[in-house]
Amino acid sequence: MSMADHRPRSIPDQLTTPLARALKSWESLLLVVAIGIFILNSFASPYFLNAWSLSDATFNFTEKAMIAFAMALLIVAGEIDLSVASIIALASTAMGVALQLGAGTPVLVLVGLGTGLLCGAFNGVLVTRFGLPSIVVTIGTMSLFRGISYIILGDGAFRGYPADFAWFGQGYVFWVISVEFVIFALLAVVYGVVLHKTNFGRAVYAVGNNATAALFSGIRVGRVKMILFLLTGLMSGLAAICLTSRLGSTRPSIGTGMELEVVTMVVLGGVNILGGSGSIPGVVIAAFVMGLVTFGLGLLNVPGIVMSIFIGLLLIGVIALPRLWAKLRRA
Amino acid sequence: MKDGAHWGAIPRAVPFFRPAGGGIMQAMTNSPASGETPVLALDQIVKEFPGVRALDGVQLALYPGEVTALIGENGAGKSTIVKILTGIYQPDGGDIRLDGAPVRFPTAQAAADAGVTAIHQETVLFDELSVAENIFLGHAPKGKFGLIDTARMKREARAILDGIGASMDVDVRLRDLGIASKHLVAISRALSIEARVVIMDEPTAALSQKEIEELYELVDQLKAQGKAILFISHKFDEIFRIADRYTVFRDGQFVAAGKMAEIDEAQLVQMMVGRAVDQIFPKRAARIGDEVLKVVGYSHPTEFEDINFSLKRGEILGFYGLVGAGRSEFMQSLIGITKPSKGVARVAGDIRVIRSPADAIDAGIVYVPEDRGKQGAITTMPIFQNVTLPSLGKTSKNGFIRLAEEFALAREYTQRLDLRAASLDTPVGSLSGGNQQKVVIAKWLATQPKVIILDEPTKGIDIGSKAAVHDFMSELAGQGLSVIMVSSEIPEILGMSDRVIVMREGRMVAELAGDDLTPETLVRHAAGIGSKGEAA
Repeated sequence: MSMADHRPRSIPDQLTTPLARALKSWESLLLVVAIGIFILNSFASPYFLNAWSLSDATFNFTEKAMIAFAMALLIVAGEIDLSVASIIALASTAMGVALQLGAGTPVLVLVGLGTGLLCGAFNGVLVTRFGLPSIVVTIGTMSLFRGISYIILGDGAFRGYPADFAWFGQGYVFWVISVEFVIFALLAVVYGVVLHKTNFGRAVYAVGNNATAALFSGIRVGRVKMILFLLTGLMSGLAAICLTSRLGSTRPSIGTGMELEVVTMVVLGGVNILGGSGSIPGVVIAAFVMGLVTFGLGLLNVPGIVMSIFIGLLLIGVIALPRLWAKLRRA
Repeated sequence: MKDGAHWGAIPRAVPFFRPAGGGIMQAMTNSPASGETPVLALDQIVKEFPGVRALDGVQLALYPGEVTALIGENGAGKSTIVKILTGIYQPDGGDIRLDGAPVRFPTAQAAADAGVTAIHQETVLFDELSVAENIFLGHAPKGKFGLIDTARMKREARAILDGIGASMDVDVRLRDLGIASKHLVAISRALSIEARVVIMDEPTAALSQKEIEELYELVDQLKAQGKAILFISHKFDEIFRIADRYTVFRDGQFVAAGKMAEIDEAQLVQMMVGRAVDQIFPKRAARIGDEVLKVVGYSHPTEFEDINFSLKRGEILGFYGLVGAGRSEFMQSLIGITKPSKGVARVAGDIRVIRSPADAIDAGIVYVPEDRGKQGAITTMPIFQNVTLPSLGKTSKNGFIRLAEEFALAREYTQRLDLRAASLDTPVGSLSGGNQQKVVIAKWLATQPKVIILDEPTKGIDIGSKAAVHDFMSELAGQGLSVIMVSSEIPEILGMSDRVIVMREGRMVAELAGDDLTPETLVRHAAGIGSKGEAA
């Protein structure tokens, strides 16, 4: 460091290799947890290590994960959508109404996706045009969307979906590989590429880290957020199609409480709830972790309420442990 | 070479201090050229961050009733040592002695309990609390049942404020006060906790001349009370005005310490930058070409009215005015952050409708904002991603990121600005202020603009970095870029601009060039004193 040195210094691009960073990442830790739970499950129940059992296990997370991918992008961008489960109810109800009017499967799918998109647009306009905080807006629309379902359906239910509609939630593409699992896997790749390999993904991170500086840097912040709300709505519509197809009926209580499981999945996957960081691989692993835990407990005949206690503890545990560990090391 | 020895506390290149009898280990406790003992003494302090050794065995001593100026360029380690003194960072090596006894400050509270308090660049106070609550937050007088004794708290706050000649109401909320009053509250807080060591980190950065004078008086009062003061500033005039001693750091290393009376400005600058700074404003005569930007009748309902000017290729146009004259507001409107009520902007003859910064970038107009941390850089993201953010269209293909091209672009422009960083993927927030500014400027140059607007480009950065920014500005103008520089520093405006527009209360009140461009005319027009004919 001689003082007369005025040549431009060359700055290395990166100090650590991408592999070294990947090994130390949250995603790696989560993967270890997933493998651990898998092994525990196979010891806990003789029925677990069976191709059909494992296939059944995936249904515990596929629909939630579809929404979780879009939700991950939305949370990285510093926003949130708590109305997703209610969008499912409204989209499913809309499909039921279309069914009563004689719609076939293609129309039902369009109605489901269209309703999701409209709900997302409604949330997005309120947040981006009127500058309202998304957590408040979507708590409001959470009641609004499901409320509309209740008005239309009351205590009743729509049944009698066409046989080919059952393909989405009950069909298999090949052997034990379900349609839902294939949709999940395709979406994982698409969202992974969008968030990590495109300019749009970079804009999402920029907005989540500092929306003002992103705006000053020429990012169209409002447009980015609007697109993310539309995507989240669309994914909720897709999840509504799968769930309705799997259950074979629509009730206004469909998917109740699912928004919290989706957010849990996203946060468990390492997405910062305050925005700015997180990854799709993390969310994918988190989906498997949650699916394996609920399925494993199900095999052991653990009641549902205990399961949700377990999921809650798991979330707090995996979030708190690394911080406690860091604190202990410093002390 | 000169920094080969890491083993002792012998200051390198110390001009006025030689430890008697080769007492290496006592070099610190024996205060330089004085018999008294320091209140607080740091020795051999080391602090490392990934890839960077921010402090490399530095020493610092603070004496009762004396002001010690800590001098160094950006990145010299000044902020790091303040964070160590206030318990925010833990040193990786070295020791801290309070009255000669070793101490540790594992938390900010521990430092406060030991009587060390800091008044920061951006004052750390609470906007929603009252003046009295701010002064006594954390150590309010308690009454019955351990509840806060509000009456006594207000009484004591009143007494402290009166003591420093501050007249503000103790009940008023902090957000309703100006920046100068906030500083007074911060100082009152320092007094209320019986501080023995007061750290003032660029306390005058946001103050007017009159307020600065008042601050000096306060510093004198604190000295009279026997407090040891660490004063960090980039302004040499004020260092010479109030400091008794100096300590110089450079690149994380201790350079020298001594008494102000025994040194002059040139020597200090030399020690600080490690070279002589002979020319502060390197304005080169650039060839001024055709008109690039023409602004006609830009107006805003509340902030500014009827702004008209034209800007030529290779020209540096200064915008001078007092704080609040509407200069930044106009610039932000020009790049589409806020909407003008009327007005037209022509770039190279074509009318450009600019509704967002993205439109402005397309039109070739870019803006380096004054508020680096909030508007300029995304401090939590890596350097290279900050640089390429407005240029992603260039480094990508069909919307897909190409990392190699991103790094290449970031490397090219950060090297042109002589950025200093451990690697291009470190977060911008880990850099010093001057280097952060370089990242922001690199980001905008990478878009290859026609017009670059620099809003207070050298605010809060040290002399060395300032000179680098000025140098670069001239170089850019020489290459045919048009520069608009908003500045409140008269020497900078005079030294750098080809032409100056003065704004007052949202209006252009003068356009000055050549012989009309003097400190007197600038101040006269900006303040609206006896302005007869307005120069055109």
